[in-house]
Order: sequence, then structure tokens, then C-alpha cells
Amino acid sequence: MDFSFIVMQFLSGLMMATLLFLVASGLTLIFGVGNVFNFAHGSFYMIGAYLAYQTVSVWHTNFWLSVLVASLGAGVLGMLAEALFLRRIYGRADEGGFQILLTYSFILVIDDLVKLIWGTEYKSLARPSGFTGTVELFGLSIPAYNLAIIGIGIVVVIVAWFVLARTRSGRIARAAALDREMLGSLGINVPFTMTLVFGIATAMGGFAGALAAPLRSVSPGAGIEVIIDSLIVVVIGGMGNFWGAWLGALILGEVNSFAVATVPDWASLFNYLVMVLTLIFKPEGLFASRKIRRV
Amino acid sequence: MNQSSGAREIILLGLFLLVFGSVPFIKQSDYHLMLANHVLIWGMFAVAFNMLFGVTGMLSFGQALYYGLGAYSVGLVVKNYGSAMFLPALGLGLVLTIVISILVGLLVIRLSGVYFTVLTLAFGQLAWQITFRWYRFTGGDDGIQGIMPSGLLENHTVYYYFTLALVVVSIWFLWRVANSPMGLVLRCIRQNPERVRFLGRRVRRNQLRIYVISSFFAALAGGLMAGVTNSIHPDMFYWTSSGEVILMAVLGGIGQFFGPFIGATVIIVIQDVVGARTEYWSLIIGIIMMIMVLGMPKGLVGEIRGLMARYAAGKVNRG
Repeated sequence: MDFSFIVMQFLSGLMMATLLFLVASGLTLIFGVGNVFNFAHGSFYMIGAYLAYQTVSVWHTNFWLSVLVASLGAGVLGMLAEALFLRRIYGRADEGGFQILLTYSFILVIDDLVKLIWGTEYKSLARPSGFTGTVELFGLSIPAYNLAIIGIGIVVVIVAWFVLARTRSGRIARAAALDREMLGSLGINVPFTMTLVFGIATAMGGFAGALAAPLRSVSPGAGIEVIIDSLIVVVIGGMGNFWGAWLGALILGEVNSFAVATVPDWASLFNYLVMVLTLIFKPEGLFASRKIRRV
Repeated sequence: MNQSSGAREIILLGLFLLVFGSVPFIKQSDYHLMLANHVLIWGMFAVAFNMLFGVTGMLSFGQALYYGLGAYSVGLVVKNYGSAMFLPALGLGLVLTIVISILVGLLVIRLSGVYFTVLTLAFGQLAWQITFRWYRFTGGDDGIQGIMPSGLLENHTVYYYFTLALVVVSIWFLWRVANSPMGLVLRCIRQNPERVRFLGRRVRRNQLRIYVISSFFAALAGGLMAGVTNSIHPDMFYWTSSGEVILMAVLGGIGQFFGPFIGATVIIVIQDVVGARTEYWSLIIGIIMMIMVLGMPKGLVGEIRGLMARYAAGKVNRG
């Protein structure tokens, strides 16, 4: 195991971590702000991947445009799902369980709609032009697209942090997390804010799906795999915590990358191992922002 | 529980035995027997699951873990040591389930709400992945075929009555649990766990107990199912199996003890009518789930009971 192997795997892990973070941050955003657990978040990721495929391979347009289409498409669908369905169960007794059940029904419906529209076969997407080759760095050949994803991830982290911490919209979102009733009495349209935040969260899922499409094949059923991985991320990091999601993604991405390179058949088991260890030693997550009501 | 409702349960039990006991006599083909077997086994699975979800408020998305464990214990032992070992294998699956559900249970009950759901899902998927990947031991995606019960149980009718007897005993046991002091504690845990602590009852210990009990009957369902279908597949561990049992409970009504059984019956009948595992099966169950959550959160049995109560109240008012 030489040094270049370690660097390569580390960078590959960083790329995985970026994708994981992009998905998980949407999940943790809507949980933190709206107290909504979107079990179907992975399905919006899948929609993003399919929309990217549709835009690039069927409509023959630019890849970066397809990323925009995917994000907007997943965002609009998310807003519709929230305004038409989820909103109806807010405030109901045992709301948490019903949220899971309702978003579970989204997974089932979206899975089959995707099959109806795009069929069951695996789709693949070429890397965007200009990012197909490798970049020479410190004497190593690193796929350019991987570097692009890492770069995009860094930009997204900074923008998201800036919006949440420094802008009026971010303050409204954080206030919604604390006290929705008070926010409403201050003249903010809370239901609309919820819909919007939900849309932004699902748009991030679609964004990640589109970026990941050239790396992984696109197939129905991807939603559930993605949701489990992002859930492991938020369990490690602490649900509803932005930096926690980042740290969780980093740990999971790196563990996964080195596991794939050393024990490829059993790599996915390591994700669970990390989660189980977290649960044994720090069940509230490494970065728990709020005390989980332990029962 | 008062006297009159006790009498009603006995009448219900008699009716249940009459209907399911007469299936071998009125069936037109072995297919009907298999269908009735499916209803019994999934019905028991759903009632046991609901002890966790409807009664205690713990929404597990990973009961497929124990369903698969029960099935694979039977399948692997019968494959390697012959069908004479069918019953011991069933027992082995149950013992393994008790051990594993205590270990997993100790981990998952550390968290509540959504976290609990996700964790149970993750453990279920972990089991699925191991089964799927460990080709040499489990047969991977091929599953295991030709699992025949031995001796008397080889006869389909005998096996059916064997299942019926086990299901009746299991449901009776779960009924007793639901109406015991422990059942009351479980209901309190769903409503207000902190208060349960104030009353000097252990929340975690009771949660673990019901988790193990519920998982035990999930494994029994899996083991019995292996004898009905004679073949098993890693999909029994897959999250969709957990989802299906959740749907059955929600459809029938999670607030009702027998609701999930009715839900299981309805789902299996729908499955039979539209053709099991049609291409768009998940669309169908997705829409059913959506309708139930948005429009009928009390489930079929709960809503019908509500209507009956309203009708009775109306009659009293008019009279």
C-alpha cells in the first residue's frame, strides 16, 4: 500500500463524500427546519438522475444545463408533494409515523412512475465534455470529473453556510426550526416557507442525482440505496445538523472508498459498521445540535 | 376487559376457526389452500408487527430481518440435513431470532422516532446484503428451492392445519400480551414515555421485550412460509417485505388488535386479483398507502367501527 494509492483513494473518498453530503444536506435541512422526515428523499435524487439522462441523452443538450433541469425538476416536484400531500398531515397526532408512511408511499409511486416513463433497464450518461480525461497532480492522474465534483461540493458548502447564517432567508429558515407559530405571528408566510424549504431540499437531492449520473448507472430502485446511505450520514453527524452531515459524509465516503479498494465484495457492510459503532458510543450523533428525546 | 367483550372475542374466535378450518373442505384447488395459508401467516406477522407499531408506537422498518431469518433457518437446515429436520429448523430459527433480536434490539431502542425506524431499516438491509452476497452459504440471488416439510406435514392439508393451529395460538398469546398489564404499559409508552418512567415502569426494558416478541412471530411467519412456498429468496429480507407488513397494518387499522389481520387479508386478495407482483405492484400499494394515510388514518376496521358507533348513537338519539 504505497503513498499514491492512499492519495488516490482519499480523493475518490472525498468525491463520494461530496455526493453523499449533497444528498444528506437536503435531508437534514428539511428535518432541521421543518421537522419533516422525508423518507423519499432518495427518490428525488433518482428523479434528478433520470432528468439529467433525459436532457443529455434524449434532448442532446449540455450536461450543465441538465444539472439545472434536474435540480429545478426535483425542486418543483418536491414543492408539489409538500403542498398537495404532506401539508395535510402536519399537526396530526403521531405525525412522525405518518410522515414516514406518507413519504414511503412517495417512494413506491415514484419508483413505478420512473419505470413507466424510462423503463427498467440501466441508463448511463457520458461525462461532460472537458471533464472526460484526467488531471496530472503531484505526479498522479486524477479523473477531472472527480475534481470538479469536489470543487462543486466546496462551493455548495460555502453558499449554503452563507445563506443559512448570513441572509434574511436563512434567518427565517432557522427561526422556522425553532418556533413556527411565533414566526407566523411576525408576519411570515409559514406554510409557503415550508413548501419552499422542502423544494430546496429536494432540489439538492436532484442536483446530487444529476452530478452522480455520469459516475453510477441510473436505475429504478436507486432511491432506497441512496436514502439508507444518507441516513447513515445524518445518524453519524446528528440529524438536522449541517456540519454534522458534512463530517458524516466525509467519514462514510472515506471508509467506503478504502473498503472498495481493499475488500470490494463487502464494502457496503462497512457503512453499517460505522453506523453501529456510532450508535454504540454516541447514539445522538457526533455533532448533535439538539437533544434527541431519548425514550 | 369486561364480560361482554370477552364473550364477543370467543364468538369471533369461533367464527375465525369455522372459516379457516373449513377451507380444506370447500377449496376448489390447492391454490386456494395456499392463499388461505398466506392470509394466516401474513395475518399473524401483521398482528405481531402491530404490537410494535400500533400498540407501542415503534415503527420498525426492518421486521423483514426476522421474517427472512426464520425462512432461511428452515431453508438452509433442510437443504443441508434433509427434510426430517424441518421442525427442529423452525425451532432453531426462533432461537436465533431471540438472540439476534435482543442484540439488535439493545442497539435500536437507544433511539426513538424516525431514528428507530431508520436503524431498523438499516439492519434489515444489512441482513439482505449479507444473504445476497454470501453466495456459497445462502445461494445468493438463486434462493433455495425444494424445501419440503417431512412426515405428516408433507400433506398440504395437514400442513395447513399445522399453520392454523400455530397462528391461532400465536394470536391468542399476542392478545393476552396486549391485554395484560404489560400491554397497558406499552400503550402508555406510545403516548407518554416520560410519564411511564415517573410511574416506576422501565421504558427500555418493555420496548426490548415487545421488540423480541414481535420479531419472534415474524420469524415464525418466515419459517412457516418456507414450508408453504417450498422456496425462499433473499427478497424476504428486503425492505419491501417490511413495507408490505406495515401497509397491511395501516390498511386494517393500527389502533385495532385484529385490524392488521384484516389488512393482510385484503392485500393478499388484491395481490391475487391483479396478479401477484405485477409490474406496477408498488404503484398500487403506494396509492393504497397514500389514501389510508391521508383519508383513513384509522384503517378499514377503525373507520368501520367509527361508522357503526355513529350509526348506533344516531339510533339512540332518534329513539
